[in-house]
Amino acid sequence: MRTSIRRSQRLMALAAVAALTTGLLAGCAKDSNDGSSDNSGGGDGSGKGKITLTIGTFGVFGYQQAGLYDEYMKLHPDISIKENVTTRTDVYWPKVLTRLQAGSGTDDIEAIEIGNITEAVQTQADKFVDLGKDVDRSQWLDWKNAQATTKDGKLIGLGTDVGPMAVCYRKDLFQKAGLPTDRTRLAQLWKGDWSKYVDLGKQYMQKAPQGTKFVDSASSVYNAAVGGASERYYDKGGNVVWDRSEGVKKAWDAAMTVATSNMSAKLKQFDPTWDQGFANGSFASVACPAWMIGYIEQKSGDSGKGKWDVAAAPAASNWGGSFLGVPTATRHQKEAVALAKWLTAPEQQAKVFAKQASFPSTPSAYPGLRPQADTTAYFSNAPLTQIFSDAAKTIPAQPLGPKDKPIDNAISDIGILQVEQKGKSPSQGWDAASKEIKDVLGQ
Amino acid sequence: MTSPKQVLAHSASSTGAASGSSPGAAPGAHGRGWPAGADSWRSRLYRWDMKASPYAFVSPFFVLFAAFTLVPLLYTAWYSLHHVQLSALDHQTWAGLDNYKNLLSSDFFWNALRNTLAIGVISTVPQLLAALGLAHLLNYRLRGSTVWRVVMLTPYATSVAAATLVFTLLYSWDGGMVNWILHFFGVDPVNWRESDWGSRFAVSSIVIWRWTGYNALIYLAAMQAIPADLYESAAIDGANRWQQFRHVTVPQLRPTILFTVVVSTIGATQLFGEPLLFGGVSGSKGGSEHQYQTLGLYMYDQGWIIGNLGKASAIAWSMFLVLLLVAAVNLLLTRRLRKAQ
Repeated sequence: MRTSIRRSQRLMALAAVAALTTGLLAGCAKDSNDGSSDNSGGGDGSGKGKITLTIGTFGVFGYQQAGLYDEYMKLHPDISIKENVTTRTDVYWPKVLTRLQAGSGTDDIEAIEIGNITEAVQTQADKFVDLGKDVDRSQWLDWKNAQATTKDGKLIGLGTDVGPMAVCYRKDLFQKAGLPTDRTRLAQLWKGDWSKYVDLGKQYMQKAPQGTKFVDSASSVYNAAVGGASERYYDKGGNVVWDRSEGVKKAWDAAMTVATSNMSAKLKQFDPTWDQGFANGSFASVACPAWMIGYIEQKSGDSGKGKWDVAAAPAASNWGGSFLGVPTATRHQKEAVALAKWLTAPEQQAKVFAKQASFPSTPSAYPGLRPQADTTAYFSNAPLTQIFSDAAKTIPAQPLGPKDKPIDNAISDIGILQVEQKGKSPSQGWDAASKEIKDVLGQ
Repeated sequence: MTSPKQVLAHSASSTGAASGSSPGAAPGAHGRGWPAGADSWRSRLYRWDMKASPYAFVSPFFVLFAAFTLVPLLYTAWYSLHHVQLSALDHQTWAGLDNYKNLLSSDFFWNALRNTLAIGVISTVPQLLAALGLAHLLNYRLRGSTVWRVVMLTPYATSVAAATLVFTLLYSWDGGMVNWILHFFGVDPVNWRESDWGSRFAVSSIVIWRWTGYNALIYLAAMQAIPADLYESAAIDGANRWQQFRHVTVPQLRPTILFTVVVSTIGATQLFGEPLLFGGVSGSKGGSEHQYQTLGLYMYDQGWIIGNLGKASAIAWSMFLVLLLVAAVNLLLTRRLRKAQ
């Protein structure tokens, strides 16, 4: 009798151990610590044939904020939507890449940032559904579609927003420095070339108000200038041309003038100190793509209200923007495609613009764009819609490559930063960036 | 002295001897009414139970270890011998030792190794000395000693991200508090993130802030175990507090100090979170000249940012070798000290 009791206790213990083991394993498998709310795989939702669609995004896409998910769920009672947000793209993208290749764990819709779209097109095209036959491609800007289209004409992502460029500036500081403050006048002054904008910076610095600089950083000027080149790091044939591209050289030279002539606040974009710079007015102008409008309003706060203004940029250029793709691994392909299509349709893009100022990639939405009244007032009633849509329509189609982003980082965060913050000479900065890029490309 | 291995062997052989007969059932006695077959089956089951249960109880650790440590470790070794891109995991081409050769000739790798050592030294040494001093102070009778001890542990409880964010603001070169204080002493503002030693010091200070209290508590626990009569006799001999600390406390704490040194060096070799977040956007570069890029950052940058998985795996294995070296050096030092005693 005693033995049987003992044995049953043993078996119980064994069962407990087994249960604990599987429990631990399950606990580990679902562990993610990058600050993302992650439960991908698109569970089948609860009861009554309801389908749960998951959408993976990074940063702030504004769909939640603009109430688009709720609206879609109202229109389609059988669908519920769950957004998995990862704050940083550099955390988000590697995760998506590995899941795509594992063929499981992806969301039903995955957002793709412009810096990663070429890598997706060239290496992951077979992992994404071809959306070309489901949509009317003419809705989008041509250059936007081109970025998400494979060699054999497959469209793997639908354009969400674009980043047409303008210049945001502080009227009050420009006035104190004796510069013109009228936006059309300024746009005339620097029309055609970023180097003219930099020249105006030299003029600003002669009478600069105490504790202010002309621009936030040399990198932002580089970014704005290189985003409008017809070619930067890769040519149309996919060859690496960063070291002999005209666009890179011109942008680099403009940035070097900024870095070596004391007109930069020497901040690093997206640092907390950069955010403070908006609030303290420590720089008088910044190259601002459409999505930065909301950012400035938020960071500059009440102190900047009515002092900021927006002028057309020296040359049309694009900085940023994203796409929505549907992985083939999804179990709800039809529904996911329908949702991606709806979210990127001109009407919805206009709603996101009204909320977030993310600029649509669908030109048919431009005439009806209405920024929020507060935003317009904040930027001295500048015709935001007109400035950005004019820029968006004239952006050149720039060939991108798989290592575009790391090359760009090497130039901005290694080369330019060394010259700007460590007092290196421009040629030393260029050498350092070159060495870094060769390492990136494995040469 | 018997080594643990001998003890194990001894116990194993004794169970082996004992497991031949089941207790309470004399062999060949059928007077209980049990059929013989059932009896032998039961005893066999019992024997099996005796042998297997211990393994079942320790298995969870080993299963988890195999799944989440051993397999990835070996897989990483496999990757490190191939050219693999993050965007094409299935497309592996044999590279032999190319990745390792590449590392040995890469300035970035040696730079990362140097930085790891430099930051390791300037964060570990002051940290442990400060911890020892603090523990010594807390060891006296204090009012509200529990409160102090809890306060000591709060930095350890805060997240790396939160701590680093605050430090980044303190160290910002334009309007940061540290430069503001320096300004009062007539020192020019330091660019804490881009200067070579400034940035390394800044990163170290975050590590020091987070771990000093933790180590102090370990020391304190060990100090509480030192018999009071040692101090009493030292006092009778006329030793003052400092001499008591030097000649009684420190020698008694030797094993504990060695333990914290080992743990801290391993931690320093793997330093990752603090420099990554301190760098802000593109923090994996560890500054514009890689001036505070540690091995961990270099691996992350190569693998996840650049997408060069083969090379990143080679860095991971190199780090593993570095850790083994560190452990070996520690072991040698420990033996030396033991002999010296």
